Parts: sequence; C-alpha cells; structure tokens
Amino acid sequence: MLTESTIEKLRILTESAKYDVSCSSSGTVRSGKKGMVGNTVGGVGICHSFADDGRCISLLKVMLTNYCMYDCAYCVNRRTNDIKRATLSVSELEEIVMEFYRRNYIEGLFLSSGVVRNPDYTMERLVRIAKDLRTIHRFNGYIHLKSIPGASRELVNEAGLYADRMSVNIEIPKEESLKLLAPEKDHKSVYQPMKFIMQGVLENKEDRKHLKHVPRFVPAGQSTQMIVGATAETDKDILTLSSALYGQPTMRRVYYSGYVSVNTYDPRLPILKQPPLVRENRLYQADWLMRFYQFKVDEIVDDAHEQLDLDVDPKLAWALRHPEQFPVDINKDDYERILRVPGIGVKSALLIVNSRRFNRITSYHLKKMGVVMKKAKYFITCGELTNLFSGPIIGVNEIQPERLRPLLLSSKQKKEMNERKQLTFDFGD
Amino acid sequence: MIVYTFDRTLNGLLSAVFDAFSLHEMPEALLGAGDPLPLFYDRIHEVVTDEEKAHRVWTGLEKKLSSRGLHVISVSYLSELKELDIHLFKYICKVFKYTGALSLERNFSDEDVLFCTNTCRRVHHEALRMKQFLRFQKALDGTYLGVIHPDQNVLPLVIEHFQDRFNDQCFLIFDARRKYGYYYDKQAITRITFAEGQALPFDLETGKMDEQLLAENDKIFQVLWKTYFKAICIKERLNPKKQAGDMPRRYWKYMTEKQ
Repeated sequence: MLTESTIEKLRILTESAKYDVSCSSSGTVRSGKKGMVGNTVGGVGICHSFADDGRCISLLKVMLTNYCMYDCAYCVNRRTNDIKRATLSVSELEEIVMEFYRRNYIEGLFLSSGVVRNPDYTMERLVRIAKDLRTIHRFNGYIHLKSIPGASRELVNEAGLYADRMSVNIEIPKEESLKLLAPEKDHKSVYQPMKFIMQGVLENKEDRKHLKHVPRFVPAGQSTQMIVGATAETDKDILTLSSALYGQPTMRRVYYSGYVSVNTYDPRLPILKQPPLVRENRLYQADWLMRFYQFKVDEIVDDAHEQLDLDVDPKLAWALRHPEQFPVDINKDDYERILRVPGIGVKSALLIVNSRRFNRITSYHLKKMGVVMKKAKYFITCGELTNLFSGPIIGVNEIQPERLRPLLLSSKQKKEMNERKQLTFDFGD
Repeated sequence: MIVYTFDRTLNGLLSAVFDAFSLHEMPEALLGAGDPLPLFYDRIHEVVTDEEKAHRVWTGLEKKLSSRGLHVISVSYLSELKELDIHLFKYICKVFKYTGALSLERNFSDEDVLFCTNTCRRVHHEALRMKQFLRFQKALDGTYLGVIHPDQNVLPLVIEHFQDRFNDQCFLIFDARRKYGYYYDKQAITRITFAEGQALPFDLETGKMDEQLLAENDKIFQVLWKTYFKAICIKERLNPKKQAGDMPRRYWKYMTEKQ
C-alpha cells in the first residue's frame, strides 16, 4: 500500500533521474494481447505531457535508488553530494507503473539506478523489475532499461528479453575528459554493454529467421546520451562520434544534454550561468540532418568549422558554404537535392516531387505547401523564379553568401550580435 | 451563381456531387441548410441526402482513388470545418473529370487536393493529441472515465487505440463538446449519449468525477502524478513557450497535472 513516504521517495528519485534526456517511446509496434495490459504504437511514440521546461514526458523516468558508489563530477547523484537519498521498493514501483499506465499518464517505464555494491548487483535488480512487470503484472507497454556500465553479459541478455529499448550513456565523448571527471569509469565499461546489446539483437535476428516463436530481443534498439558543454570537446568530436554510433546496426538515437551546473563547487567543471541551450539545439539539428536529410558528418563539421554556427542552423550554414550547389531547380532536380534547400523539409520535399508530375511548380504552390520562402527563395529556381522569363534571378550566387547571411538573421539575432560587438570593442590601455 | 444547400453530412456532400453531375452544372457555393445566403445568386438547389446516390458516388471514388485517397476524404470530413465542404466537393468532382494516367490525389499543387490533405493531417494530429492528453479517473466500480474536448470530431479515430491498449478494463471516453461518448465493457464498444437533463456522473466543465464515485486510491495516484510532473522539470531550463506549443492550453482543463 502506498503512503505519504512513497510520494516523497518518488519526488527524490525523479529529481535524480531528470538529467537523463532520453524519453522516447518509439521504435517498436506491438498491439495489445488478450490478458495483458498495454500496447506500443511505434512511429514517433506518444508523449503524454510536457513539463514546464518544455521537455516531453512519455515514460515514467525514475531511478530505483539514487545511492551511488561512483563519484562522477558531472552527476547530481555522485557519492560525495549531500542530497536526499531514497530507494523505492519493488512493489511500490510496480504499483505506480501499472496505475499510472492504466490512467493514460505514461507509455511505460524508463528505469535507471545509481550503482550500489557492484554493477551486477544493481543490474540484477533492474532486470527483476522488468521481469515482474512482464510476467506477474502482464504489462505489455514500453520498457526502457538502463544498462549499468560494467554489468555482465548474462544479465544484459536477460534484460533484453523484457526491455523494448536499452541504453548506456557515453556522457563524455573523449576518454581523456572522462578520466578527468570520472576516474572510476572508462570508455570500455560503456562500449562493452553496448556491444553485448548489439550482439544480442543480431543473434536474435538470426534465430528468428529459423524459429518463428523466439521472443524479440530489445526490439526498439539502443540509445545513448552525451553531455554538452561540461568538457572541452568540439561539436566536431561529438558529431563524429554520433555518426560512428549511427553506423552500428542497433543504435537508434543519440541524445545531447546541455550541461546544467549541478555541482558548482567542483573546480574541474565550468560554471555556466545557463545550460548551453542553443548549442544543444544546433546539435540536434545536425543530428536530424544525418538521420533524415542524407548529410554526412564531414559536410556539417570539418577542420575549418569545428563548432556549429550558433546564429544559423547547420543546413543553412552548409548552403552558405556551398553556393556552387545552387540554385536547385524545383521542377527538375532530384529529391535528394531538393531536400538540401534551406527552408524545405522532408514533408514539403515529398509534396513537391509528387506534384511536379502534374504541372510546373511555382512559388505560389511552394508557399501553400509550407515551404519557408523567406529562406528558400535564394536557393531555388521554380515556375516563375527562373532567369528564362523574368530576367536575372537574385539568388545566393548573385548576392554572395557573406552578404546573404545577415539578411537571413532575425532582428533579435542582429541586435544581439551588435551588442556583442560593442562589448568586445577593445579601447586598449 | 448557383448555390447548393445540404445537411452537412458526408452522404449529403456525396449526393450533392451526384446532383451536380446529373444536372450538368457546377455550383459556386455549398452551404449548410439554414446558413445565411450570399447577397446575389441566380438559383438555389436544395440537395436531398440520398443513401443510394451517395453510395454510387462512393463506389465511383473507390475505382478512381487508392485507399489512401479515400481515407483522406473520410477523415478530413471529421474536421467539421465549414470551409472544407466546397474544397472537398470540388476535389471529388475533379477526380471524376480527370482522365490522365496518374492518381490525382497526389497533385498537391492543386488547391483543393492540398486543402483536403492538410485537413486530414490536422485531424490526425488532434487524434494523436487525444491519445497523449486524455486522462482517466478510476471509479469505485472499476470503470475508468476520461473526458475530452477536441476541436474536431476525432473520438471515432482514437477509440480503437484505447480498446487495444486497455482491453482488460472498462472505460468511458466522453466528448464534452459533442456530448457523446464510447463505453467499452471488455467485450464491445457502445456509443452512448446522456438524455437532456439527465444527471452526469462528472462535471462537464472540469471533467472531474463526483467525489463519492471515485475509487478510494485514485486520489493518491493523482497526487503522485502531480508530484512527478513537478519534479521532472529542470528549473534552469524553464520554457513555457515550448510547453504551450506542444501541449496547447485549451487541453489543460481536463489534465490531472494541470488542474
């Protein structure tokens, strides 16, 4: 039975879990079964609410316990921090999950835990909860389990039978930075369980080819997260690693978490007044370009551009660096080329290639289809925006990228830029 | 200018298409019965909804469009948008007149096709929002109650999702705007309405169930959920604009965590 103390425990353990960004309930479609509660819808998943910070709430994101034997500098739950500690009992947690689910509050559970005694001991307790939910409570909804770094292969394999998705967080992209902030951890302890999960999925795929009734193993694949702004890594380091991770067959999502200064007393960490939200946003945009827009990582960042441009989005930044790729002819060029035009997304690109078989597309059509013409008009030719009929068009090559760039900034951005210029003006001694 | 009036049902609209073809004319306006008429018009034709005619038009459409195209027609109609009527009417007429080899439903440079497709997308979007934001309360007898107030008539689109998900619990989902709901008794779904003046077991304004009907442990889970909702927010990242964009305020009144 739940009491007042449960409420307090849930509060403490939620506050400990909230810095983990992963939230999605996507990647697997499983319809309801007789005698079981729940289904999973696939697609982009379902977000049941949005917290006051604008982040979605899809799964019940909670820690089993926030006691932890490690002392990682970036983590709010590090052993030397003086915060309230709590542990939810197995039955309490299971009851909360089931009752929340039945009220349509959540899509399922995202369970992680501080490491107590040793990785295997902790992992075993996570697996036990997932198993109970599936076998005793007949829960058929979404389960996302954190794989504890350093956990044994047997436990990861067992967890995979009950979980839809598993994740191990890389947190810090470069090993030397990780060593500095978390001396007790190394990259091997992260990549090892990742490999276990991948092998499990691939073996399971092979087995399912021969035997129909083998249950699926981690059907929604795995995800990971990197902290942005706590260490000196450049966007190039981060995105190159993401791109390599997406090259693995089971990696579905890489999350970026703008560092929130939680342990301000630690001299190894920068003191940020505000989490680097714009940078985080640009990283996600770059991530989208790699996953949905067929961009390669070295097109987004290279040695000359190690950091993403904070003022313009990475697609526009790419277009301004490559004026020779434009203009794109909306009525003739391939889907892939149309997708590269700033202001045209996947949705409008599909509408364009479907419609242009009927008649010539003009800028009127593009506007109706939802293309952001304010940006796109400098990079395209279409029905009437051609140099054949109406004289010279004014595009990126005519204006020159460096003069076009300020035209595409919002007035707020321009004001900020002017302020920055004034502040950095050096009068000398 | 020729004006058609009809009863604003899908069958009525299909009958209007039938009439337009049999009378060899193209109306400029399609109005609901009783709507204010335009200032100048030549003739009014009152469309009488006829199942037989509607059926013939629909079978004709089945030959011309893919299942995806038919889906756009039936789903966009759930939007109950007045503006949609004439676009949908013209779209259907164009489908019958079109003789090319391609499928007209994919010509998004056509205003009417694009309007219907976008409306269909909007209806699906709101249906998704109901799947997201519906909140159940549990009654003493074990029935779960959820009240919604969607702008468009999306309840028929989401009911299957809830039946699939909660196949072992009785529930009632009620559309407070259109005053009807669906009840699931672990076997089948029944459409229900409450008679005029009949006492509702819940408050239409807040969606809250009467206290004496509420299951005894429901309150604590509401409190737990509110606690969770507050605790998960990172205060350094407050972003009410994004929150209101993803979860529009008009849905908040029935949501436990925002009450």
